Amino acid sequence: MAERAALEELIEEEVAKLLKLKAQLGPDESKQKFVLKTPKGTRDYSPRQMAVREKVFDVIIRCFKRHGAEVIDTPVFELKETLMGKYGEDSKLIYDLKDQGGELLSLRYDLTVPFARYLAMNKLTNIKRYHIAKVYRRDNPAMTRGRYREFYQCDFDIAGNFDPMIPDAECLKIMCEILSSLQIGDFLVKVNDRRILDGMFAICGVSDSKFRTICSSVDKLDKVSWEEVKNEMVGEKGLAPEVADRIGDYVQQHGGVSLVEQLLQDPKLSQNKQALEGLGDLKLLFEYLTLFGIDDKISFDLSLARGLDYYTGVIYEAVLLQTPAQAGEEPLGVGSVAAGGRYDGLVGMFDPKGRKVPCVGLSIGVERIFSIVEQRLEALEEKIRTTETQVLVASAQKKLLEERLKLVSELWDAGIKAELLYKKNPKLLNQLQYCEEAGIPLVAIIGEQELKDGVIKLRSVTSREEVDVRREDLVEEIKRRTGQPLCIC
Amino acid sequence: MVVREKILDLVISCFKRHGAKGMDTPAFELKETLTEKYGEDSGLMYDLKDQGGELLSLRYDLTVPFARYLAMNKVKKMKRYHVGKVWRRESPTIVQGRYREFCQCDFDIAGQFDPMIPDAECLKIMCEILSGLQLGDFLIKVNDRRIVDGMFAVCGVPESKFRAICSSIDKLDKMAWKDVRHEMVVKKGLAPEVADRIGDYVQCHGGVSLVEQMFQDPRLSQNKQALEGLGDLKLLFEYLTLFGIADKISFDLSLARGLDYYTGVIYEAVLLQTPTQAGEEPLNVGSVAAGGR
Repeated sequence: MAERAALEELIEEEVAKLLKLKAQLGPDESKQKFVLKTPKGTRDYSPRQMAVREKVFDVIIRCFKRHGAEVIDTPVFELKETLMGKYGEDSKLIYDLKDQGGELLSLRYDLTVPFARYLAMNKLTNIKRYHIAKVYRRDNPAMTRGRYREFYQCDFDIAGNFDPMIPDAECLKIMCEILSSLQIGDFLVKVNDRRILDGMFAICGVSDSKFRTICSSVDKLDKVSWEEVKNEMVGEKGLAPEVADRIGDYVQQHGGVSLVEQLLQDPKLSQNKQALEGLGDLKLLFEYLTLFGIDDKISFDLSLARGLDYYTGVIYEAVLLQTPAQAGEEPLGVGSVAAGGRYDGLVGMFDPKGRKVPCVGLSIGVERIFSIVEQRLEALEEKIRTTETQVLVASAQKKLLEERLKLVSELWDAGIKAELLYKKNPKLLNQLQYCEEAGIPLVAIIGEQELKDGVIKLRSVTSREEVDVRREDLVEEIKRRTGQPLCIC
Repeated sequence: MVVREKILDLVISCFKRHGAKGMDTPAFELKETLTEKYGEDSGLMYDLKDQGGELLSLRYDLTVPFARYLAMNKVKKMKRYHVGKVWRRESPTIVQGRYREFCQCDFDIAGQFDPMIPDAECLKIMCEILSGLQLGDFLIKVNDRRIVDGMFAVCGVPESKFRAICSSIDKLDKMAWKDVRHEMVVKKGLAPEVADRIGDYVQCHGGVSLVEQMFQDPRLSQNKQALEGLGDLKLLFEYLTLFGIADKISFDLSLARGLDYYTGVIYEAVLLQTPTQAGEEPLNVGSVAAGGR
C-alpha cells in the first residue's frame, strides 16, 4: 500500500514537472479561443438599465400592492411534465434541461402555469397574488424590437370562485393604472372573449379541429394585414375561402359597448350559445369598467385572439397608440405591452380530482416598457444615476487615509451612503471629478488644520460652496441636506 | 416572501450605502464560459439540452458571469452588487438550508487600487449586514491563498497535490482533524509526517498577534508567498481596526475555501450560535457569507 502510494506520488511529481515545462513553451492556443458573449436572445442589465428597471418595477409593484396582492416566487425550472400540453403550438419554444440522470426539467415558459401548479399543490381555492420574474422562450428574437429569449414578466392574478366580472374588471383597472403611471404615451386595451371567438368560428363554418390553428392565424392581425392572414388560413391551413371571408366580416370590427349590443342582435351569432355567454359577460364588464372610469380606454375588438390555449373567457391586450420618439426617429414598433384573460380550467389540469379554481389575470410586458422609458429619460436629458451615494469622504493633503477610513466608517454606521477613493493619497481634483461623474452631491473634505479644529469641510458639488461643520454635527447636517429622515429606523 | 423581502431590502441598502451599482446577467451562460472555472465542483452544473443552438448551462455563481461581463465590456473598474438565483446539482439537504436553486447576494470591487482598502471594505460590509440582520453573534475567519500555498510548500506537500489537500483542509469546519488527516494520508496519498506538520499550523487561529507570530515562524518566514500574504493580512487588520470591526475577525489557518480562482485574502463568516426556541434543535447552517480576492 505504502509502496503504491509512493509510486503514485512519484508519477504525479513527474507529470507536474512536465506540465510546467509545457507551460514554458507558451500559452495553449486552443484554450484561449472562446467567444465572450451572452447566449443568443439574452442580455446583461448594465447599472444604467438596472436603474430604469428599478423605477419601472417600483411603479408596478406599488400598484399591485395598492390592490391588495400578496407576492410569491417559484423555481426557474419545473418538471417537464408540468409544462407539457399547456401551451399549444408554442410548446416547441420551451427550453429543456439536459437529462443528467435525475428528473426531466424545463425552464418556465410563463408565470401562469407555475401559478396553477402552486395552487393545486397547496390546495388553495382563492388568492390574489403578483409575481415578477424572468421566463424563457426559444423564440427567434428580434432584439431591436424588444423580443428576447429571457425576459421579465410582471403578473397579477386573482384565483377563486367569485361573482362574475368583478375581478376581471379590477384586472383591467390595474392595467390602466400601471400604463398611465408609467407615462409611456396613449394606449388602448382591446378586449374580446374566447367563447365569442369560438362561437364566431362555429357559425362561420370552421371545423372544430381547426379552431386553435385558425385562432393562431387571426391572432396575427395586429402585425400583418387581413390579406396575409386570409392567405395563411386558406393556403396553409386548408380553410375554405368563403369561410375565411365570413370570418373577415367579423374580425374587422371593433368598438365600445354599442358593438356588444349590436352583436347580441346579430342573426347568426345570437344563435350560438357560447357567443351569447361571452357577449353577456362583456356587457357586464363594460358596466363595471364605466364605474371604474376607464371605459374610454377599452375597445371590444373581434380580431383579438391571443395565442395561448388555456384562456376560457374574457381576453385582453394593451397596445401603445404612439410611442414617443425623438423628432425624425423611427417609432419603436413594440406591439402589445400588457395582456391577460380568464383561464378557468388550468388549475383543474393539475388537481388529481380535477377540482377547478377559476382564475383571471394580467401580465405586463416590461422589456418593451424598459426601452421606452429609457428613451424617454434620454430625450428629457434626465441624468440616470447608477448609485445613491450622498457623500464622498475626501482629503486635500497626503497621509490622511486613516482619517478618511475612520470618517467613512462613522458615516456608514450612521446609515449615510458614502464612498472614498481606494487610494492612499488621492488628488482633490480626482476626487471631485469622481463626484461629478457619479452625481454625488456632497464631499466631506478632511484637512490637517480642520482636524485640529475639530471640523470637516462639507462641500456641495454643484454649487461649489464649502462650509465648516463640527465633526459631531456632520451626520445631522448631511441628513438634513439630502432630505433623509434623522433616525435610522 | 415577506421574510425574504425584508432580508433582501437590508442587504441591498447596505450595498447601496457603499456606493455599489446594481447589475444583472442571464440565468444561463454559454457552456464554454463556465467550463473549467470551478475546479472540483464542475460536475455540479445544470446543462441545458442540446436543442440545435448554442450549448448552455445554468450559472453556478454570480462571480464568473461578472468576470465575463467585465471582459466583454472592457470595464477596468466597477463596484457592483448582484442579487440573483444560482443553480447547483448538489445533494440538497433542506434542513441545512442547502438547495439546488438558491439566491446569492454578491458585492464585488473590480479594479487596480492601493492594497487592501477594497478588501477591508468588503469585510466591513459583511459585518454591517450580519449585524443588521440580528442573527446573533458571528465571526469572520480570514486567511490568504498565498499563506495556504506557502504553508503547504514548507510542510512538504508536492505541488501537484496542493488543490486536493486544500480541499481536505477546507473540511475542517465540518470534520475533526483526525478525519481530515486520514483523508489526506489514506485517500490522497500524503506522507503522514507532512500531514502532521500541516496539523501544527491549521489548528492555529487568533488576531493580528498571530500574524506577527507567523512572521517570526522559522519555516513560514522562509517562504516568499507566505510572507506576501502575511504582509497583506497585517495591513488588512490595521484598516479593520479603523473600521471598528477587528474584534469580529479571526485569522484562521484552517480556512481554505473550495473555489480555484481565489488568489489572495479569503474569508468566511459563521454564526456562533443561532437563536432558537427552547428545546429545539439549533439550525446548523454552516457559513453564512464568504468571499475573497
